[in-house]
Order: sequence, then structure tokens, then C-alpha cells
Amino acid sequence: MMLNRRTLLAALGASPLIPAARTAWAATPRDVVVMALQMDDIVSLDPQESFEFSGEEVLANVYDRLILPNLKDPTDIKGDLAESWSTSEDGLTTTFKLAQGRKFASGNPVTAEDAAFTLQRAVILNKSPAFIVNQFGFTKENAAERIRATDERTLVLTLAEKGSPSFLLYCLSALVGSVVDKKTVMAKAVGDDLGNAWLKSGNSAGSGPFQLRQWRASESMTLEPNPAHPSPPKLRRLLVQHRPDVSAQLLGLQRGDIDIARTLAPDQLAALSEDAAYTLLTAPKSYVNFLALNQNHPILSKPQVRQAFKWAIDYEGIAASITPKAYEPHQAFLPRGFPGALTDLPFRKDIAKAKALLAEAGLPNGFEITLDHYTVPPFADVAQAIQANLAEAGIKVTLIAGEQRQVITKTRARQHQVAMGLWGSDYMDPNSNSETFNVNVDNTEAQKNRTLAWRSNWKDDEFTARSAEALKEPDAARRVALYERLQRDHQERSPFVFIGQKVEVAAMKKNTTGLELALLGDRTSYAKVSKA
Amino acid sequence: MSRIRALAAALASVPITLFGLILITFLIGRVVPIDPVLAIVGDRAPQDVVARTRLELGLDRPLPEQFIRYVGQLAHGDFGRSVMTSNSVGTDIARFFPATLELATAALLIAVLLGVPLGVYAAVRQGRWVDTVIRVVCLSGHSIPIFVLALLALLVFYATLQWAPGPGRQSVVFDGMVDQRTGLLLLDCALAGEWEAFWDALKQIALPALVLGLSNMAYIARMTRAFMLESLQGEFVITAKAKGLSAAAVVWRHAFGNILVRLLTVIVLTYAGLLEGAVLTETIFSWPGLGQYLTGSLLNADMNAVLGATLVVGLTYVVLNLFSDLMYRVLDPRVR
Repeated sequence: MMLNRRTLLAALGASPLIPAARTAWAATPRDVVVMALQMDDIVSLDPQESFEFSGEEVLANVYDRLILPNLKDPTDIKGDLAESWSTSEDGLTTTFKLAQGRKFASGNPVTAEDAAFTLQRAVILNKSPAFIVNQFGFTKENAAERIRATDERTLVLTLAEKGSPSFLLYCLSALVGSVVDKKTVMAKAVGDDLGNAWLKSGNSAGSGPFQLRQWRASESMTLEPNPAHPSPPKLRRLLVQHRPDVSAQLLGLQRGDIDIARTLAPDQLAALSEDAAYTLLTAPKSYVNFLALNQNHPILSKPQVRQAFKWAIDYEGIAASITPKAYEPHQAFLPRGFPGALTDLPFRKDIAKAKALLAEAGLPNGFEITLDHYTVPPFADVAQAIQANLAEAGIKVTLIAGEQRQVITKTRARQHQVAMGLWGSDYMDPNSNSETFNVNVDNTEAQKNRTLAWRSNWKDDEFTARSAEALKEPDAARRVALYERLQRDHQERSPFVFIGQKVEVAAMKKNTTGLELALLGDRTSYAKVSKA
Repeated sequence: MSRIRALAAALASVPITLFGLILITFLIGRVVPIDPVLAIVGDRAPQDVVARTRLELGLDRPLPEQFIRYVGQLAHGDFGRSVMTSNSVGTDIARFFPATLELATAALLIAVLLGVPLGVYAAVRQGRWVDTVIRVVCLSGHSIPIFVLALLALLVFYATLQWAPGPGRQSVVFDGMVDQRTGLLLLDCALAGEWEAFWDALKQIALPALVLGLSNMAYIARMTRAFMLESLQGEFVITAKAKGLSAAAVVWRHAFGNILVRLLTVIVLTYAGLLEGAVLTETIFSWPGLGQYLTGSLLNADMNAVLGATLVVGLTYVVLNLFSDLMYRVLDPRVR
């Protein structure tokens, strides 16, 4: 066995030294909670720009949105800053009535003008998450006219075309819809940046349970309660620390310097699960791990070959031996927890069937192919397992390991043969994944929306049309049924092989409670975190 | 006159070296198979946002033009903006480099204060058990991977004995208490008269400095021993002994004095290596230093940050080399 940081710590952990460490509790004050999180991905803390996992999560606790889907039943959408909403008969106008009495951390009341400013700001700044709002036809030119506050409590949105009302609501529940305090933000604006430079560098202007006190990139973030919130957190301070080394993170938790550890390795979590001193909180995440088969490859474009891939992989084995407590088998493009997600597992390892499919495709002796994958755990191990599975069926795979952005650069340029990827939903609506895994309107370089279907050179007009049809279906139940059927056919015909869905496990000291993990990072809540 | 010429030549090599460094790093940054725009806009951004950003960054221009533009910015002291932190790279370096400087200096002090006497002692006692013990310790210290040492130190001194605090540069209670003036936390605490925070910072730095110091001590001790063994066999040592000088005078004044120049090179290069940022140690101890910054920037394809940090590392090497050159002239009478 190769000696690495984790195996070393595991070996040492078996010694009688560790129990001594467990006894040392409460190194942090009772009203301060320290959470270890990998947070070197944060590029911006402006809610209309942030599009990274940890940034979205933190900001979700600093800002409020108009509406939010119920975490347990996403089809049930509840008001947050908005107390009610309605859609006109022609489906083009949606009116939100804001609740009274909500205030920003500055003490300013939350008004419809702030909500309108927020959405206009997203459109005008046109940063990475802007497409979530822009897909309703808003542009820099028409934003002021189509996003209006008609009085202090009424926000009116006029869409370019009729669509599913639930689609609009789900999109507004994304982090990009977080309402900012117009007065505070504009007081800090420089030129025409609408306060972007001020917000992105670690300031906040929200009405959520916390306010941002300090951010030191790749080091720490300090959150303090927003006294103007209807139910402010009980903590004096929540300190989020960047702890990149998982072994040191575990020691910190055991010693009592950390109350919540968010990025422990599966083997460490397995050890903690048997210890009564800790609570493990588990939640599925919206990330799906998949293989993309580039359809410009003559062999990979054969339907039987696509199927052979799906029948050759040992999904259960990978989940049990390589990704326990990290990924669960999942075989549809909608993650479990999304409206309409298929949760059954039609594919299992059946080498005879895979071989028969290859023979049917005229490849009885198999073929050679390359597979690009990320080097970070667990992707390299999963790729090796898939390589071994495919070899049994006669497909000789050469693995090409690369840094995450390197693999993404390659797949965006469509230079891969087979690539392993990880996709997280941008917002709670099924269209988020349906669009990327199905829609490819123009397979040329002129295409602006470079979906995963485009990146895999997969252009199937039927799937593109069916995804668009489901998007526009006004009836919520019929819409869900359309997505279910689309996933079923996608499993049979698409060049995507879904392997698993990410699971997040947070380890907490027994005296720490209240953390709520969610399917989407921008719904993880710290509001009720407290320490006994 | 020749001294001035030599000094001028050494100084003239500085801009040439730095220019070469900038050119090579810039070219590497542009030929790596990672799209730098991805780091800014993310994977999900629509193609028009990607194209617009590429245009804003000037990445559509020919490579020589991009390079000239970058050098022009540098000449105005502008390293560009880091994607990862949203700050100017200059601001970031001013924050991360002092953390590394503080840790590297503390580690070097430990390494030199322990390593040099141990090396001298082992050479004087060559072949005896003391020499064997020191050699084994040094060999182990130099060959055990730093992450193993760091984790062992954490497990023993932090988790078990509870003598040392955990990872981080400052405890939660002192976090943000002292304003950053120099960036050197110990110095800042002292200047602010925050002595409790000073002691806390001293406790925090002790373990990572010890780990880094011991690892480098092993190298310095081994080199000192090797230099001393050679020096102790010199005819001038026999002469010194024949003159009836005390053993201490023979060893420290004559034999040790003769190895100073070479030893200085070893120490300076060790310091330069430490100032580059000890990535693994910084990672394990959550030390927000240049090593972590550079690694994070590389993984995020944050090329402005990579170029800026590399330039600082390069500049450190150049300055320390220059210092070493100058010290030769002070310590070695033959060069004077």
C-alpha cells in the first residue's frame, strides 16, 4: 500500500493516541461556530456574479430570494421575500407582492424597487449566472421596461414569450435572484459597475440571517448575525475556515478546534460514523458523474456501442468500493430530488450483453479508445475501474488524466473521445439539466449555448424539441411526466453514461446542531446552527 | 576597480534574469492546455460571455503583443488582477508573502542554530557513536517526506499532548484583532502592543516552523559535517594544532572559518527554497503563504497570480544570490 497522508493518519489513528484527542472538547467559544470548508473556488461574493459551490453556499445565508422551493418537496414553491405571486392569463406577466416588515442588515426596508434593481443588475452586469434570468428575454436594453416596481411592494416581470410559470419561479429561486440593498450597493458603485467591485471583494448588502464581516480569500470568512432578520441566528459569529488538508481537518474536529467539518474523506467519515461523539449529516447533491461519448468518433456514434458502454460498467461495485459516502449509483440526467427525476437503475454490469452489442455493431473484437478524466479523487479511481470493466467487454481504454480545467477546456473544444465529467444543476428546475444533456440546435462553432450535448457532438432534433416542449408545458404534472419519458429515452439513446450522484456528508461535533444541507449548494442553511 | 566591475556585472544580471523568468513563465502560461477564460467565467458561461471576456483580457491578440502589454503593465507596477481573490495580485502578494517570509525565517533560524553545531560536532567526533546518531537523524530528517513529519507533529504535539495549537496562523479569538501593517503577524502584534495575540501567533508558528526547520536542519547539518571533515584535514589545521591552540579555537576559528563561504551558499539556497513557499507544510498547517497561493492559482489557471507569484519567487532567488555573491567578497579574502 502506498503511503500517503490519509493512510498514514489512518494507521496512526489506530493507535491509542486518538482517544486522548477526543476528550479535548470545546476549544472554540460557545457562541462561535467554526466550520472547515474547501473554499478556494470563490471568485466573487456578488450574488449576481457568484457561480461557484462554496461562494453560492455562503451567500445563500446572507441574502434572501423572492421565492424558494420546499427542500423536501421541490414542487411546492414557497414565498420568501414575496408573500404572493400570480401569472397573467396570457402567461407573459408575473406579479410578485413583497411581504411587509423585512429589512436589510443596513436597516433599510426590502422593497420591490430593490427586487427590480437586483434582477436588472443581473441582466446588465451579464456575469456568468446571468443566463438564468436572461433566458426569459431580458436584455440590457429592455430590463428597465420589463422588470418594474409599480409600488413599494409590487414587482412586475414581463416575459418575452409564454412559458411554464414554474420554470420562472425555479429560476428566480437561484442565487442570482438574491435581493440586494439598492441604496447600500449604489452608494459603493464605481463608474457603471453597480457596486460589483465592492460586493465581490467581500462586502454584503443582504437581508438574510447573516452578514459578511470579513473575507480573506483561500483563508477564512467571518459571518455575523443580521440583527434586522426576523429570526437572527443564535451565534455571535460563524467562522468558515479554508482547511485544504483533510487529515488536518479531522484532527481539528477531534481536538475541538473545528465544530463542523465539511470535506472529510470517505474513509474518515466511515471511522467517525461509529463514534458517538459526532453526528454525520448526509444529503444528496445535484451533481451527476457521467461519461460523455464524442459523437464525431465513428465507432462511438454507433447506437450499439453507446449501449455497450452502459451495460459494461459495474455501477454498484464502483459505489461500494470506490465512492462510499461520496457517490450513489444514479443513471438519469435529472439528479434524485429534482421534480421528475428517475431513480431506478436499469443498467447493471452484464459483460455478455455488452459483447453482444459490440458484435451487433460489427466490432466483435472490440476497439481502442481514450478516456479523459480529472486527477482529483475519486475520478482517477473511478476511471481505472471503468477501464477494467470495459476491457472485459473488449474495449481497450487509454486513460488521460488531467487537471479539472484542462479536461473541461478539451471537452469544450470537442477534442476528446470519451470524457468523464461532473455536472451540477444551476437552478432547481429540471430544464437546468435537460437543456445541457439534450439540446443542441446548431452543431457548428457558431453555437453560443455550448451544452454538454453540443460538446459531445450529439445533435438529435427529437431530443432538442422534446426538451423545449417540456420547458414550455404550463401544467406542472404534465411537465414532470414529459421529463420522465425524456429521461427514459435518453437512457436508451444518448451518448451519456451516468455513473453516480454526489452525496455530501458533514461531520459535526455532538454539541453542534442546526446545519441544513441541501440538494443545491445555494440552499444549504446555517441559520439554525448552534452549539450546546 | 575590478570589485566595482564585478558588482556591476552581478547587478546587471538581475534584470536579464528577471526578463527571462517573465518570458518563460508567460509562455508556459499561454501554452498550457487550460483556457484562462474558464477560470474567470466558469464552465457554464454562454459562449458570448466567454468571447467577450477573451476580448477584454486581450487573449485574442498575437502572443508577442500580449507579452509586450504585460511587461508594460509590470513596468507600471501593475501585476494585474487575480481571478481567484478579486484583488490586485500586488495586494495578494503583500498578504501571502509575509506569511511565508515569517515561517521561512523562523524555520531557517531553527535549521541553522541546530544544524550547524550538530554538523560541526559530528565532524569533530567522526566515526564515534555521536557521529553515527547525528548522521542517522540527519538522513531520516532529510529523507522522511515533509508531509509525514508535519502530520506526525500535528498528531503528537497537537492532538495527543496538546502542547501546540492546531493549523492556522492565528486562533479564532484573535482573528482580525490586529491590523496588518507589515504583514508579519508577530511584528504587527508587537507593534500594536497586543502581547496576548503575539504569544498566540508565536504558538501557532512554532509547530510548522519546527517541522520545516528540522527538515532543513538535516540538510544543513549534513553539509556542514562534510565541509568540516574536509577542512579538518587541511594543513592549516595541523599547523594550528602544532601551534598549541585550544581545540575550540582550532575547530571554530580555523576549520569552521574556512567553510563559511560554502556554508553560506547552502544556507542562502535553503532560505530561498523556503521562501518559495513550502506547499505541503502550508497546506497541512492551513498557512496562508505564497506556496498555497501559487498552487491554488495554478490549479485555477489564474495566470496573473501565477506570473506575479513566480516573479516574486524569482526575485527572491536573484536577491539572495546577489547577497550571497556580496558576502563571498566579505568572507573570502581571496576574492577581495
